[in-house]
Amino acid sequence: MSPLVTIALRFSVLSLIAVGGVTSILPEVHRVSVDVHHWLTDAEFTQMFAIAQASPGPNMLIVALIGFQVAGLPGALVAAGAICLPSCTLAYLVERLWQRFRGTPLRRAVETGLAPITVGLMLATGWLVARGAPGTGWAAYAVPALTAALVLATRTNPLWLLAAGGVLGLLGLV
Amino acid sequence: MSGPPCIVTRVSTTEPPTRVTLGELYRGFLGTGARGFGGTLPWARRMMVEERRWLTEREFLDTFSLCNFLPGPNVSSMSVIVGARFHGLLGSAAALGGLLTVPLTTILTLAVLYRHFAQLPGVDAALRGVGAAAGGLVLATGLRMAMALGRAPRVLLFLVAAFVAVAVLRWPLVPVLLGLGPVSVLAAWVGTLAAWRTRT
Repeated sequence: MSPLVTIALRFSVLSLIAVGGVTSILPEVHRVSVDVHHWLTDAEFTQMFAIAQASPGPNMLIVALIGFQVAGLPGALVAAGAICLPSCTLAYLVERLWQRFRGTPLRRAVETGLAPITVGLMLATGWLVARGAPGTGWAAYAVPALTAALVLATRTNPLWLLAAGGVLGLLGLV
Repeated sequence: MSGPPCIVTRVSTTEPPTRVTLGELYRGFLGTGARGFGGTLPWARRMMVEERRWLTEREFLDTFSLCNFLPGPNVSSMSVIVGARFHGLLGSAAALGGLLTVPLTTILTLAVLYRHFAQLPGVDAALRGVGAAAGGLVLATGLRMAMALGRAPRVLLFLVAAFVAVAVLRWPLVPVLLGLGPVSVLAAWVGTLAAWRTRT
């Protein structure tokens, strides 16, 4: 089978089970591309994860890197399409269906019921990301705390705060 | 696929109709993707709620909740849904295209560079710093969203339960969603139904 077809099939299935984003399927992406198909080594997988983290946007684009490794630019585009299109098509269909329930008590109940969980999860994500690696210095706690405070209290563009975090990281403080 | 029942659907029934063009959808999400270091969601909220005012805080929260239960990256589902609300299928394509343009270009450029320059020194350290700041940005975004929730005891209970389950107990996301979601919806259903009865 052409590697492009294999990439398309493998990643479209993963797209539909990735509830919670790519982090939930990362172990499976690793298994498929390193253990099953030997598209890349363990070390290469780790490097690609770092590259995916370094670029802006959804982390799922790590699959584009894997596709690139396997089949160049066409591989990257097929992989990105495969990881995106099935879940996006589902989102489109669900949205169309959901519109029909607008203004109904059912929709109101679902929305008011899910909202606090969504916010709780958002705060949990921020907490887990902000805590970082164990055993880091005081700056590792000061940076997220100060960032959150500045974002809430001032109109500073958060990009400056991310850049400042990067500089502190380079200086070895975080 | 059947055609959308009405193309000119608006996001809100209470707000005046918002005219959002396909170009604005593309550019709005282009900026979101381009700035999304260490997480895209805070930028999506900033763009749609604060900068362009396409959605109210509450509408953003409800759309994001829906995306939490859908597979795939939240922000890409969200771009598809918001695009569909303003312009149907074309709107979805414009929003998703905008969201992915910069990240996809960047990541492929980095991949090519990486082949030539191998390990760049300091990248890990800088990323760790950006990650710490990004965590703070996500926390601030969560707190802003929490302000739109109201102060009902039910709301606080489920918010704290979700936070503790994931951040403290480190339970995986899917069981938490499936366990807490239905109970919280049921609790809200009782309240909503009562309010609905008194109104009609």
